[in-house]
Amino acid sequence: MTMDTDRITTSTSTSGRAPARTATELRQGATAKGTIGESTPRPDGTLKATGEFAYSSDLWHEDMLWGFTLRSPHAHAEIRSIDIGEALAMPGVHTVMTYADLPAETHYGLEIRDQPVLAAGRVRYHGEAVAIVAADHPETARRAAARIKVEYAELPLVTDEATATAPGAPVLHPGRADRHAGGVPHPNIVHRQPIRRGDVAAAEARAEVVVRRDYEVGMQDQAFLGPESGLAVPAEDGGVDLYIATQWLHVDRDQLAPVLGLPADKVRLTLSGVGGAFGAREDLSMQAHACLLALRTGRPVKIAYNRYESFFGHVHRHPAKLAYEHGATRDGKLLYVRCRIVLDGGAYASSSPAVVGNAASLSIGPYAVDNVDIEALALYSNNPPCGAMRGFGAVQACFAYEAQMDAVAAELGLDPVEFRQRNAMSQGTVMPTGQRVDSPAPVAELLRRVKERPLPPERPWADAGGSVDVRGLPGGLSNTSHGEGVVRGVGYAVGIKNVGFSEGFDDYSTARVRLEVLGGEPVALVHTAMAEVGQGGVTVHAQIARTELGVTQVVIHPADTRVGSAGSTSASRQTYMTGGAIKHTCEAVREEVFRRGRERFGHRHPGWAGDAGLLLEGGKVVTGAGEVIGDLAEILGGDAIDIEREFRHRPTEPFHPETGQGFGHVQYSFCAHRAVVDVDTELGLVKVVELAAAQDVGKALNPLAVVGQIQGGTTQGLGLAVMEEIQVSGGALVRNPSFTDYLIPTILDTPSIPVDVLELADDHAPYGLRGVGEAPTLSSTPAVVAAIRAATGLRLGRVPVRPEHLTGT
Amino acid sequence: MEFLRPARWDEALAAKAAHPTAVPLAGGTDVMVELNFDRRRPDHLLDLGRIPELHTWETGPETVRLGACVPYARIIERLPGELPGLALAARTVGSPQIRNRGSVGGNLGAASPAGDAHPALLAAGAEVEVASVRGSRLIPVEEFYTGVKRNALADDELIRAIHIRKATGPQAFSKVGTRNAMVIAVCAFAIALHPRTRTVRTGIGSAAPTPVRARAAEDFLNAALAEGGHWDGGRAVTPSIAGRFAELCAAACDPIDDVRGSTAYRRHAVSVMARRTLGWTWEAFREGGAITGGGAQCA
Repeated sequence: MTMDTDRITTSTSTSGRAPARTATELRQGATAKGTIGESTPRPDGTLKATGEFAYSSDLWHEDMLWGFTLRSPHAHAEIRSIDIGEALAMPGVHTVMTYADLPAETHYGLEIRDQPVLAAGRVRYHGEAVAIVAADHPETARRAAARIKVEYAELPLVTDEATATAPGAPVLHPGRADRHAGGVPHPNIVHRQPIRRGDVAAAEARAEVVVRRDYEVGMQDQAFLGPESGLAVPAEDGGVDLYIATQWLHVDRDQLAPVLGLPADKVRLTLSGVGGAFGAREDLSMQAHACLLALRTGRPVKIAYNRYESFFGHVHRHPAKLAYEHGATRDGKLLYVRCRIVLDGGAYASSSPAVVGNAASLSIGPYAVDNVDIEALALYSNNPPCGAMRGFGAVQACFAYEAQMDAVAAELGLDPVEFRQRNAMSQGTVMPTGQRVDSPAPVAELLRRVKERPLPPERPWADAGGSVDVRGLPGGLSNTSHGEGVVRGVGYAVGIKNVGFSEGFDDYSTARVRLEVLGGEPVALVHTAMAEVGQGGVTVHAQIARTELGVTQVVIHPADTRVGSAGSTSASRQTYMTGGAIKHTCEAVREEVFRRGRERFGHRHPGWAGDAGLLLEGGKVVTGAGEVIGDLAEILGGDAIDIEREFRHRPTEPFHPETGQGFGHVQYSFCAHRAVVDVDTELGLVKVVELAAAQDVGKALNPLAVVGQIQGGTTQGLGLAVMEEIQVSGGALVRNPSFTDYLIPTILDTPSIPVDVLELADDHAPYGLRGVGEAPTLSSTPAVVAAIRAATGLRLGRVPVRPEHLTGT
Repeated sequence: MEFLRPARWDEALAAKAAHPTAVPLAGGTDVMVELNFDRRRPDHLLDLGRIPELHTWETGPETVRLGACVPYARIIERLPGELPGLALAARTVGSPQIRNRGSVGGNLGAASPAGDAHPALLAAGAEVEVASVRGSRLIPVEEFYTGVKRNALADDELIRAIHIRKATGPQAFSKVGTRNAMVIAVCAFAIALHPRTRTVRTGIGSAAPTPVRARAAEDFLNAALAEGGHWDGGRAVTPSIAGRFAELCAAACDPIDDVRGSTAYRRHAVSVMARRTLGWTWEAFREGGAITGGGAQCA
């Protein structure tokens, strides 16, 4: 327990040079009521809808400079020389930095420190940062960057598994010493995870039906709406304050401090307004560049990417090639699965090793199969770096295994849902990793729920009078069909996603809770470093504090590095982890209230004796029988209780490097979808009519936000199914870095998404909750493609499905 | 960069004469993107937004004289009867914000083969009224497009208005994009029936270096309709006529293979759109001359 009244005064104002307004100062209290289980609106919802919310790109400081990044036009080249003379001579330019100017560590990375802060003699992907400029105007900075003369000598490309592992292939990271280096068959393979269980050869001999097929998943982008941006302010103590939109403040800090040559306590981060993340803010983007420029010039430096640069500024979802073989008995029992998943990690490791672990361990889906032979690996290549994105390795696998489940069902002449249900895992099922699933796994039930929902009406675009509303047709407002060529299809899919950080990672979160009575009313201050990226922690945290402390007024402190790490806002983990930390800390605060009450007033009422069943409700201490025996104002007086605690989920263990066996995951999360589509079979255009979802969330702390997450994930999965892909040329150059040509679903592409929420408690988790955010992104894609297959009869082994695939052109 | 903002048309012409490299700015939906990306840095920007007459239109007996800066949103609201094909095309342009700013004059000035207005103008029949301090001239829209993002304007000329033939029969516009709204054309097709002249005209977008008419297809169809007495008898167009027309429309394409679509798909999609839009418009004509094709309601 800490009693640190000083911390709260320093935490609400910074060095005095902070931006006038940071978007994370979301005060909650009088306007937002609600304990857990109640739908609670976001405090920033209206501001975002009306355009008033301040994002990190809105940060401003009186005497700030603007940073700009010069990026490589080549995917693989040696840098022969860099001449910054002309750029530096431009009026308004304060500094230009290259690799030669870096003060300390030159590389960073989430799992492997292989990414240069600025290119070190060689560029490995199109868009790699080569030099940075600070100037007094963003245009000046951009033009100065254009005057930096870089002499490149292009090198041979590594673009796929064949070119990565061919004899004489260029080794992209020579001299690797990372922890995966010893276990890979080639240095251009970042990490490889086999999983073997049972006797596949024997099972194959018994199989009556075998389906072998290849699949491919294109490179999806997170396409968050708020491009990378932040403001670095040099501090008088020689340190730096960084205001930043990120997913994990502390891991940013831990990567930044060595690069800046500063101790961690001199690199202070405060979360700024985040315009979405979806994994794309897990890696550093402009953080180090802005801090380096700020420390070099002694001036605050802002960097804000535009949309074009954003496509080069963050990692993407791994594109994948997947080969699957399923064997089953004639009566529909899966006997074995063989699969091989090749993920393209691009130029730098980012989180590829963990993505490999997920892809491998979740590769056969939520099914009980005793015999498996699985291999997943990630390549180093000269393609754009890939890393975290919602679904994290499980998305690619789900597309393939669900297509396989449909294909096997078709071979067997079984209904695809019936076949899935016969093989569905349940509580007690043993995963390919040997891990027994020890909480509810209602896979068959979720499928039943989406299947039993009434189907939407046929021909929704036609009214009784025979006229047509093109908005309901494939092609929509483009007016390509009035019903001609349109065929309906229905498809199903279900997926499994892990929650929290796996494979033995020490995953924890920290919460500080301060309880005091102000103006006669108890107020709880909740301070965590959790990055609110849209997932809804901002409401859930206050709900938990209200529930545990029985107060109405909860203030959510801006997230910063003055409190311990909250871990990453990813892996569907924040409600579990930081929510769990707040619950855990509130319990400690509550116990401290009772201790003080007992100490001071124990003699007044027998209810204080023992520690059975006291509650905090409405600022009173109440016995289990409902009798008020103390008043918080009286107990605390002018004092505060201020406690910071860490919370850990149960430990996991690494997967065995050869067998893949191990208790690797904390928790699993399941979602099922039924997709109904209308396909214009002549033009190859798709209208998704409805995407019904059913998901087990353990406990819906904020039902409104839960449904929002499921609908959002569903839509992102739809995007991968029919439109979203970063296209990379044969020369490994990005072809469509814009929202003109990287298409994401509009509201007209977004169907009705009825959501069925199950709450089957996981006894290991706080409140029994289950992480929500990612699972719906998995099954949405294969459900939509299954529906398109049903409408067209085509095999469709690749997403996104393009009109060319549907029309044979 | 100097920002010129004439209040009157003659001032605009004088400014363009004085600064022939000045880039005219209407809605800015193309130009501002280029400027913001620093792909273009003209010495002068010539903002036409203050000139009232460019935002108005006049409806004559045969044509609508549409001011160069009339936004798409106004065309959709106010001219769906006179210019049904263009109104349908206008509905497919960008987002509501873009439709509030973008104009046909801007589309012509940019002369992108993917501009949504072009096929509708080609099918309806239109002339572009351009002017300079030297005088004004009318350029048939077919002759206006001279290459990828190039047009027939002289350095000192500005687009003042577009004279578009009023519809005397059904028209239709279709566009293929890979999502259901707010999408740039993979390819587009427009058709207009002109019962008085007993002709059908077409326009193809985004499937050749410039917007084009499918002239061989028009000639074939016009001959077939005349030969079969279709205009008088109200006979249905046979599948074989429609099929041949569609083939010839596809043959009029010279598409590229790019990030938005393959060459083969573009040709194929144009043929499908040609067949469908011919069906919609001809059926509408047979049913008694509803002006818009196909009874489609749009948002």
